[in-house]
Amino acid sequence: MISSSVLKKISSIVGKPNYLDSQEDKIVYSYDGTQLLKQLPEAIVIPQSKEQISQILKLANEESFAVVPRGSGSGLSGGSIPVENSIVMLMTQWNKILEIDSENLTVLVEPGVITSQLHSAVEKIGLFYPPDPGSMNICTLGGNVAENSGGLRGLKYGVTKNYVLGMEVALPSGEIIFSGGKSVKDVAGYNLKDFFIGSEGTLGVFTKILLKLIPKPETSKTMLAFFQSRHDAAETVSEIIAAHIIPATVEFLDRTTIKCVEEYTHLGLPLDVESLLLIEVDGRPSIVEEDAIKVVELCKKHKCTDLKIAQSETEALKLKTARRSAFSALARVRPTTILEDVTVPRSEIAPMLERIDTIARNHNVTFGNFGHAGDGNLHPTCLTDERDKNEIHRAEAAFEQIFDESIKFGGTITGEHGTGLAKKKFLEKLAGAPAVEMMRSIKLAIDPNAVLNPGKIFSVKPRCEGTLPRSREEIKKFEELGVFT
Amino acid sequence: MSFEISSNITEQSPKLGGFAGVDIPNYDFITNCMHCGLCLPTCPTYSLTGLERSSPRGRIRLIKSVADGELEMTQTFIDEMNFCLDCQACETACPAGVKYGALVEAARAQIFQKRVLPLKERLLKWIFLKNVLSSKWKLKLTAGLFRIYQQWGIESVIKKSGVLKIFSSKLNDLQALAPRIDTQYSDKIIPEILKPQGTAKYRVGFLSGCLMNVAFAGINKDTVDVLLHNGCEVITPREQECCGSLQAHSGDFETARRLARHNIEVFSKYELDAIVMNSAGCGAFMKEYGHYLNDDAMYAEKARILSTKIKDISEFLIGIEFRIPTTQFNKRVAYHDACHLAHAQKISTEPRILLAMIPGIDLVELPEASWCCGSAGIYNVVHYDDSMKLLERKMDNVKSTEAEIIVANNPGCLGQMQYGANKFDVDVEIIHFSTLLKRAYRLEN
Ligand SMILES: Cc1cc2nc3c(=O)[nH]c(=O)nc-3n(C[C@H](O)[C@H](O)[C@H](O)COP(=O)(O)OP(=O)(O)OC[C@H]3O[C@@H](n4cnc5c(N)ncnc54)[C@H](O)[C@@H]3O)c2cc1C
Ligand code: SF4
Ligand code: SF4
Repeated sequence: MISSSVLKKISSIVGKPNYLDSQEDKIVYSYDGTQLLKQLPEAIVIPQSKEQISQILKLANEESFAVVPRGSGSGLSGGSIPVENSIVMLMTQWNKILEIDSENLTVLVEPGVITSQLHSAVEKIGLFYPPDPGSMNICTLGGNVAENSGGLRGLKYGVTKNYVLGMEVALPSGEIIFSGGKSVKDVAGYNLKDFFIGSEGTLGVFTKILLKLIPKPETSKTMLAFFQSRHDAAETVSEIIAAHIIPATVEFLDRTTIKCVEEYTHLGLPLDVESLLLIEVDGRPSIVEEDAIKVVELCKKHKCTDLKIAQSETEALKLKTARRSAFSALARVRPTTILEDVTVPRSEIAPMLERIDTIARNHNVTFGNFGHAGDGNLHPTCLTDERDKNEIHRAEAAFEQIFDESIKFGGTITGEHGTGLAKKKFLEKLAGAPAVEMMRSIKLAIDPNAVLNPGKIFSVKPRCEGTLPRSREEIKKFEELGVFT
Repeated sequence: MSFEISSNITEQSPKLGGFAGVDIPNYDFITNCMHCGLCLPTCPTYSLTGLERSSPRGRIRLIKSVADGELEMTQTFIDEMNFCLDCQACETACPAGVKYGALVEAARAQIFQKRVLPLKERLLKWIFLKNVLSSKWKLKLTAGLFRIYQQWGIESVIKKSGVLKIFSSKLNDLQALAPRIDTQYSDKIIPEILKPQGTAKYRVGFLSGCLMNVAFAGINKDTVDVLLHNGCEVITPREQECCGSLQAHSGDFETARRLARHNIEVFSKYELDAIVMNSAGCGAFMKEYGHYLNDDAMYAEKARILSTKIKDISEFLIGIEFRIPTTQFNKRVAYHDACHLAHAQKISTEPRILLAMIPGIDLVELPEASWCCGSAGIYNVVHYDDSMKLLERKMDNVKSTEAEIIVANNPGCLGQMQYGANKFDVDVEIIHFSTLLKRAYRLEN
């Protein structure tokens, strides 16, 4: 509990209308997009200036409470879910695009700008910001940088980290720094800005972000290819890349997902196929034509059973709907939809999918699979019902095995959603204890009182230092934090 | 005069956390929400406040908290449920198909049953929704008085007197929002049975509506004429009443169901190919009669059958061999999506296709066409300021199209946007699709 006198101090920093502590407000900031997790904050603040952010962080250090930065709350690993004894710092009102510099191809934004709004703003003047997470109509750029978000165009254009040139950050101490800048080259000192990318709100609060833009691709060509075996689909992807064609997008859907998408959208997809690939090549018209012909050849060589090539913008949109609606289509099947994002090296996609199938069968749960075939980022999606505790247990056990398998294939437990609360107990398996210990010491060096989003990614509490927990309840709490594992 | 609102709550009534009695929000619908947030960018009230509690996801969580017994129906809860426009844009955006509209309406029914609305709002709802609109003769009587009031200059006297301030300090502004009462009700100008020239290809019922009947009689006439032009015999039963949608949206399910049963009886007397609507709100609601009367053994089946016959005028025309006007209609036109057409009935391409078929029309797309204009039933009366902010945004978009005509297929939108055109000084005509089509036919001779 944060004492009422401290809450009063917090409120006086941001001013009354920007301080919320009604039960209703606490309830609606107790979750993000992550299934099965929630925790009430003690209050919510909407800072109006970086000075206010600074003051709140200083107060947090003095009065020992935690601060959880929050964008739109679309995160899928629990990054913006409050922790015990915390207040939420809501950044969505920081939504101005401050400067588009078309000479240096950069844009300076506040962290609350919605990703798709940046897309429209820069595309109007022929520029391009490629990262396009599935949630781009609602997620904020602050959230994107904090999670190092990816998207459909990742294969050719990379992910958020490839576009961050600099940022203004309020450190946990309350000090404010600017790291990076418009210079393409910069080797002065440690590369601090990169260090904040993917930090999930644990190392600093972004107050400004400087992003790189590129010229907008002139044209593109979109196609859908269907395959009887996922092996054929996987081979096709490998050969496309071996032929030195890097499509902007190579996405796949498995049989279950295709079935759900067809039931939901009635696009006329064939139902007797094992997988579908959505491929888009883009760039200069002449190259796009050449690449498209090559891709079609390769699809045919690998026994694709059907091929649809968009002849117009509208048709392209229609084909893309097949992939864009994958998540929606799956989400309708059962009340609870748990979407994961294990990622394996591209060459291991087909065997990994086999493993997921077996695991799902063994645990008697239903999975739909889709994802970014180009970069090995899979979205095994469990269709379940949170009210059925037994099924949820089986789903969790299945996911645990899927994570293990992914690690065995040389992959990772999360390709784009982040570790947060949802994956923290698996991090050590992937990274190893010394690496997690290093992360922890970095965190504590910058944030010795653990005021910023503590307990995300890993537990900050040193293992059982100080008084040992005695009562059953106390022990349980530590167990949940993963201290004894 | 008492304005007691009867309720069916008894000791043995079912309970769900803080909800009780009839019309409890459906818990399955609540669980379907996976709090992904994809609905947030489409929500007009979220865009106004930027606060999660004014978002669909936030409201669903508040409803869930009451259902789980973790929250009472507090004033904030009530305010947020009523702040919602019930525009259902969130339903269109939702990947999981959450039936948000049904949830918020049930929550309002709970609020209504508990009689926890502010006195002012209850009085307004009692007068207009439970009494005036839900009975045809009372509506005509009121409309008649209102017409006299509007025509005889009493309007300005009353305005000066400030009597209306009892309800709201804004009520003086609000009067301009009130639809101009037509000099003739559509009842008067549309006979009960109308036959087309030649043999009739279809036999359709027509809902003349409550507000449409007294304030938009001209549009009713245009719709009927369009149907006649398209070879329909048109039956407009005299005994029909208001469809009940306004009552249901504000939580008075009891009155809404009474009206629904009545209309089912009335329309079931005829063999009809379709029942045609020119008001999006009425159409959306009558398509849901089956759902609202699901537990009524006598009416459930009849309601379901009737619901399948309900067709918006654009939906109906697309389904038949639509008679394309032959003369050039040289106007720049943009189409505004009424929420209860685009989001509740998922009808948005049909009107555009029909408009594009009319020769000569320069059809331009209205930016944010499916964003609510702020009319939303009686929302513009109860939440005047918020409604005006939405209207301003709408009119800015209208202006950017440089269209001469905006087509909107709902009386609420027409009234609101007409008011907006005056208030924000936008030179544009706001008309119903039927009116435009009738004009196009008229150009032929
Ligand atoms: C349907 C759906 C599809 C998705 N698709 C994708 C996808 O394709 N690719 C992908 O990568 N992700 C995807 N996501 C996940 C999610 O949208 C991203 O992680 C996104 O970046 C989160 O942004 P947000 O604004 O919602 O941040 P939040 O969820 O509010 O926060 C995310 C993290 O960022 C931190 N944070 C937020 N703002 C700041 C700030 N100003 N300073 C410091 N830290 C901050 C928070 O503390 C938290 O740790 C999807 C989510 C959904 C629901
Ligand atoms: S889009 Fe649907 S599932 Fe997602 S938060 Fe909104 S209502 Fe819930
Ligand atoms: S119905 Fe409209 S106003 Fe209400 S929550 Fe949904 S989008 Fe928002």
